[in-house]
Amino acid sequence: MSKDGVNTSRRTFLIGLTSAVGAVGAVGVAVPFVKSWLPSARAENAGAPVQIDISKLEEGQRVVREWRGQPVWVVRRSKDMLEGLDKLATEEVLSDPESSNTNQQPDYAQNPYRSIKPEVLVLIGTCTHLGCSPTYTPQPTVQLEFGGFFCPCHGSMFDFAGRVYRSVPAPTNLVVPPHSYLSDAVIIIGSEEGETA
Amino acid sequence: MGMIKGTVDWVDARLPVVNAFKKHMSEYYAPKNFNFWYYFGVLSLVVLVNQLLTGIWLTMFYSPSDAFASVEYIMRDVQFGWLIRYMHAVGASAFFAVVYLHMFRGLLYGSYKPPRELVWIFGMMIYLALMAEGFLGYVLPWGNMSYWGAQVIISLAEAIPFQVLPFVDGADAAAMGEALTTWVRGDYLLSEATVNKFFALHVVAIPLVLVALVVLHILALHEVGSNNPDGVEIKKNKDENGIPKDGIPFHPYYTVKDLVGVVVFLMVFAVVIFFFPDGGGYFIERPNFQPANPLATPDHIAPVWYYGPYYAMLRATTFSFLFDAKTWGMIIMGGAIAILFVVPWLDRHPVKSIRYKGMVSKVSLMLFAVFFLALGFLGTQPANNSFLGLGFTTWAQIGSFYYFIYFLVILPFGHRFEKSKPVPDRVTGGH
Repeated sequence: MSKDGVNTSRRTFLIGLTSAVGAVGAVGVAVPFVKSWLPSARAENAGAPVQIDISKLEEGQRVVREWRGQPVWVVRRSKDMLEGLDKLATEEVLSDPESSNTNQQPDYAQNPYRSIKPEVLVLIGTCTHLGCSPTYTPQPTVQLEFGGFFCPCHGSMFDFAGRVYRSVPAPTNLVVPPHSYLSDAVIIIGSEEGETA
Repeated sequence: MGMIKGTVDWVDARLPVVNAFKKHMSEYYAPKNFNFWYYFGVLSLVVLVNQLLTGIWLTMFYSPSDAFASVEYIMRDVQFGWLIRYMHAVGASAFFAVVYLHMFRGLLYGSYKPPRELVWIFGMMIYLALMAEGFLGYVLPWGNMSYWGAQVIISLAEAIPFQVLPFVDGADAAAMGEALTTWVRGDYLLSEATVNKFFALHVVAIPLVLVALVVLHILALHEVGSNNPDGVEIKKNKDENGIPKDGIPFHPYYTVKDLVGVVVFLMVFAVVIFFFPDGGGYFIERPNFQPANPLATPDHIAPVWYYGPYYAMLRATTFSFLFDAKTWGMIIMGGAIAILFVVPWLDRHPVKSIRYKGMVSKVSLMLFAVFFLALGFLGTQPANNSFLGLGFTTWAQIGSFYYFIYFLVILPFGHRFEKSKPVPDRVTGGH
């Protein structure tokens, strides 16, 4: 190719400009492809709040409901369970006894029992390690002095407020989902429109 | 005869078929001393064809919106559906088996050393694509292990330490991780949207990439020529016609030799397909015979055997420093795979083949193989067992530690502590 009479700086500029416009176009074209991977309108609708009636829940009993495909646990804690939580908080066996990691619960559940009402515990029932569902262990065991939740996958342990023990694979406390009380008997998961204090 | 020759000539004038056949088959000179270890390349190709063929047939009956039931339909109602599915499922395990042996051959004889670095890198890319393909494929039957396996693997994205980015704090990083997993799932949970997406990736996207990489792997190999068990460059000794003195034409010599290997392999393959199609729970895990259930985690989530080593490393990571243990687990697991890509530059041994290396290289490679197998086993077992007084987690930690020591210390520096044998000028054996 002859280089006679070529304005090389103009050519370089035009090549650069064309490439830049092309790159912008490529990013623009990528948008629909990337966005199509996000939840569809149908999936968004399916993520609606769920109501749970706890009027028949006995002390020490747990119910499991599905919300956005995840198990949500509601436990009505007994006095013994709550006393166990108080003791554990002073024993230096928990990673985050004060719930200072604010990603793991809404503001209104950042308290000693991680709940709106002391006796009613609401948690997402998936381990914060790799997403298995821990086993409800109401009776004390060798490892869980006051009972709690034991993950069968990799041995993570949580107390009755979903607070994680030290030296287990799970890094953080179990998640308290956004929730509120429509009445004393009905909790709504995924909506804070009811009573949250 | 004349008509066939005429047709070939007509095509050849328009497309270099004769030339290509010569270049890659009848005039591709391979070292004459190939041994048993040189079967696994061609066997990978055989398994790839098996996967493509059976895979295409499975798509004729499988439906991602009715995933579990359509697999049962294939197994029970489709004529010979059970056979095609078992060929595909066992084929996945066979693929990894032959690829692992093929990779071990590379480590044995230094096949990644110059000038074959690109051959190795394309090979590693194939391995990576294969792992993605295997994972996506394992999700498709939508059994309970499909579901929970996918749950575990996709949630790894939440361990990506986005907080290392500027202006990103812990809460933002968690939100980014969650946004990424939602994007991958296409939903707030693993759902039909996820299966549909994985189906498209498993049957179209990754296979295209895989086949392209295989072509590149072979083209790169044929450009530089095959290594051999002696690690001697046969191109250094050519006769007056420019043909390597220690080389023989790939066709017919190695095509015929490989046919024997293929037949033996197919016999073993058939025995597994017909008598142990689920591999005793290692190829198809038992919870996968139940439909996916988001509310019931199997007691013990284990990957299929071929991911065992990396899963063992992920699980064995319990320390936290700057990042939490989950993030470190992901970094170590990713690092263990990434490190394989740079093996050609980590290995600074002056000798290629294990035959002429000293005791340090021999023993350390043996140990590496033992630990890799052990990690593979540990990855499939519950962590709360023990062996010789040490817990499985401790063993996995020892194995993971050695894995990195092997690549980062022994490969670069091991040769300083041993005496190598002189490497011959010509290959030995092979008549």
